[in-house]
Amino acid sequence: MRLSLHLGLALTLAALLAAGVSLLWTPYDPAALSIAEKLRPPSAAHWLGTDHFGRDIAAMLMAGARTSIAVALVAVGIGMGFGVPLGLLAAARHGGTVDEVVMRGNDLIFAFPSLVIAILITAVFGPSALNAILAIGIFNIPVFARVARGGALSIWTLDFIRAAEVAGKGAARISAEHILPNIANLLIVQGTIQFSLGILAEAGLSYVGLGAQPPTPSWGRMLAEAQTMVTLAPHVAIFPGLAIVLTVFGLNLLGDGLRDRLDPRLRARP
Amino acid sequence: MARYLFRRMLSLALSLLAASLVIFLVIEVVPGDPASYMLGLNASPETVDALRDQLGLNAAAPARYLSWIWGMAQGDFGLSYTYKVPVSGLVAQRLEVSLPLALYALGLSALVAFPAGLLAAARRGRLADTAVMGATQLGISLPNFWFAMLLVLVFALHWRIFPAGGFPGWDGGIGAGLAALTLPAIALALPQAAILARVLRSALIETEGQDYIRTARAKGLTRTQTMIRHALRNAMIPVLTILGMQFSFLLAGAIIIENVFYLPGLGRLIFQAITQRDLIVVESVVMILVFAVILVTFLVDLAYALIDPRLRRRA
Repeated sequence: MRLSLHLGLALTLAALLAAGVSLLWTPYDPAALSIAEKLRPPSAAHWLGTDHFGRDIAAMLMAGARTSIAVALVAVGIGMGFGVPLGLLAAARHGGTVDEVVMRGNDLIFAFPSLVIAILITAVFGPSALNAILAIGIFNIPVFARVARGGALSIWTLDFIRAAEVAGKGAARISAEHILPNIANLLIVQGTIQFSLGILAEAGLSYVGLGAQPPTPSWGRMLAEAQTMVTLAPHVAIFPGLAIVLTVFGLNLLGDGLRDRLDPRLRARP
Repeated sequence: MARYLFRRMLSLALSLLAASLVIFLVIEVVPGDPASYMLGLNASPETVDALRDQLGLNAAAPARYLSWIWGMAQGDFGLSYTYKVPVSGLVAQRLEVSLPLALYALGLSALVAFPAGLLAAARRGRLADTAVMGATQLGISLPNFWFAMLLVLVFALHWRIFPAGGFPGWDGGIGAGLAALTLPAIALALPQAAILARVLRSALIETEGQDYIRTARAKGLTRTQTMIRHALRNAMIPVLTILGMQFSFLLAGAIIIENVFYLPGLGRLIFQAITQRDLIVVESVVMILVFAVILVTFLVDLAYALIDPRLRRRA
């Protein structure tokens, strides 16, 4: 499946590029209102048309890519930063109290539907992009802890780990020097998947008003604003949705392709 | 089996207790006093204090926690601060929308996923497999609320087959109720079906190299017969896990879809409750959702044991 890897990489890079370029240049100011130009269909002047305030949709999508990617990326960082050490710790103390505590803690977080976590956090701190990151990030922790623990457990049984133990290395050093590099593939693949899920989650949270607040541009909020406009000008709702689908689709393909490339044994994944 | 059941029930009870503690502590730190919110800006400190007394807000936190879970254990979720009616009644009313919606979506999802997953596994590596895998990859990438908007655009506004939103209630007949839930259920179901079909496909493919499959083929069964009689049953464990997770997701995930279709479900209730600082409702609805997740996980665990006798003995 070389094709899926390349297509995934191309779509992902396109989204990253859109976000990156938007820092320097967008076709119009994404916040510039122009009521005279409202709800224009796509044209040479406005490639993807304008919304109900006459804002250029292409410019808003580029700026929105920034929000989506930043939120999802930091959330993956939180998940990895806390989850991987916890998973490694649990694996190193396999069968012990620490392992049990980490795994039951994971189950507990899993029992809260991610959206409910987000709602609770918003109830406490109020809606913002930062709290969306927190909500998505917390849910990423048990995912990475599980993947890290599962991967680490199978590495711990191998002979070269025995050799490292005989050489006098402690569990922490073995985890960092021998286990971590060997489960890096797994973590990268899972990272891509959580990245794509994070983009979907951010869009959903922003759509119901729990994510990025105006004036921060956001794909999810563009869709929320488009909802009442959908009969008059379907393009206002169609393009932000397409942006989400293509980015997430690209990341999923990339994740699949990377897994095949990095670890042929895992090829039969759902 | 009895020991297995007992251990599972013990862990069910412990999870519920832990979850309730987490929810209570989170709600404790929510800024804003429900009593002053209910009485408005002009209320005197004495009236606010009297109301706090009446709502039981002046008691110490541990006492309030205990009375909260003790009440819930008896089916008493307290009184809503804003609606002044029992929370259990409010929730039951909303569940009339959310529960059928989740079940409807789960049914649709299984209806699409099983044939698709079986087809892809049976035609592995061929055109049908590639088509199913491509379609499901796209389905997974679909934000369900956007998909819902497209469905409304096509089936409600353009062709006018289904209502665009709102819920007439079950009193007007089951037909009208189901019609109102059809588009939301499709929007919820398709992305879930994509995941389920992929899990089923890979679980079926995983069985391929097993001895009992070879035996079944050797005694003369066709590939399709082997797959349905032998492989499917063995593939059910991962499929059930995902189905269980999806049911809880559908119950809670409907929160966003309910917004698209203006459905009076649990999601809308929790949103209103947050804006009105009706914390007891927030607390209880979150607890009920978490309870549903934990209960479904428990039931799936039991189902494993029914499907796979080996798990029963091991425990």
